[in-house]
Amino acid sequence: MSDQPSERASASSTHVFLEGLKSGVWSVFFLVLVGNYLGLGALAFEFGFSFWWMAASTLLVWAAPAQVILISTLTTSALLEVALAVTLSSVRFLPMVAALLPLFNAPGVRQRDLLLPMHLTAISVWVEGMRLLPARPRGERVAFYNGLGAGLISGALIGGAIGFWLAARLPPLLAATLLFFTPMALLMSTSRNARALLDRLAFALGLVVGPIIGWLNFGLDLMWTGLIAGSIAYAVHRWREAQAARHKP
Amino acid sequence: MSELQSIVILVLVGFLPSEVWRWLGLALGRGLDEKSEIIQWVRGVATALIGAVVMRIIVIPPGTLAGVPLSVRVAALAIGFLAFVLFRRSAFAGVLVGEAVLVTGAIAFGS
Repeated sequence: MSDQPSERASASSTHVFLEGLKSGVWSVFFLVLVGNYLGLGALAFEFGFSFWWMAASTLLVWAAPAQVILISTLTTSALLEVALAVTLSSVRFLPMVAALLPLFNAPGVRQRDLLLPMHLTAISVWVEGMRLLPARPRGERVAFYNGLGAGLISGALIGGAIGFWLAARLPPLLAATLLFFTPMALLMSTSRNARALLDRLAFALGLVVGPIIGWLNFGLDLMWTGLIAGSIAYAVHRWREAQAARHKP
Repeated sequence: MSELQSIVILVLVGFLPSEVWRWLGLALGRGLDEKSEIIQWVRGVATALIGAVVMRIIVIPPGTLAGVPLSVRVAALAIGFLAFVLFRRSAFAGVLVGEAVLVTGAIAFGS
């Protein structure tokens, strides 16, 4: 065991933050984020957003799907539709945050100390946090998690900046490959996370129904696709559950 | 749109609608049942929405991607996904194959 446990426990929060930062930068997710945000940065450039707007969107929103929605719809859709689509795409944070909270239970940790860690919570930080936090002393977890989040978000900021910069300079075909990166990455990451029938069906239906509703052109196409395809998937899921329950001996 | 205006809009339709769920999660804490019906339905809606966003970028692409024909864009996405599935869910393989199809198709059939 450690020779100086008392010193370990009183490790300055700056030191712990830096350890978290290091874990974030060396995480596999760091490179994934750089790559993912390369496409997002290019997308922001093509839709006419500024370099700093792109950086601010990463710092403030910190959710790739929500940022894709923002960037790709803000110039053409009504603000209300954009806000609705963004909020629907981010509902997943509620259960994620709720699952993470018990790890931060410690004397002296106030609700407001958790605002920053919760803001930094995105899929990548959450997965790494759930993995790494249990090994840390309770008193260090907030600082560590903040460092982890800062490390990973810096990967997204770097990727976004490089993508934005490249999109302005690359020949058209290469810039197109950068833009194609975003839908491809979103397609793969979502289907990887979709394990239950509900998620798989909802996603597949969204892919098919989306263009149809877009083509019908009665506005708010993202929201309608979500509601229609999502509800069908949910109904099928309920029906299957009921079937399974009936066939149980 | 001025820079300030675009940041205000970012806060109103980007930051707040997204952040509210993190705040709610913090407020509700463990008093939440992830298996509840309403959460399941919302999960379905949110997942379908991501599918719609993917197809929107493919069907109504921005800037230089619009220079690649629609059929090539769709084929690149489909074949890239197929590669992803075939190569043990490797995102690297999916991106590589998808991009290769996109470039090849753009050169062969592009404007």
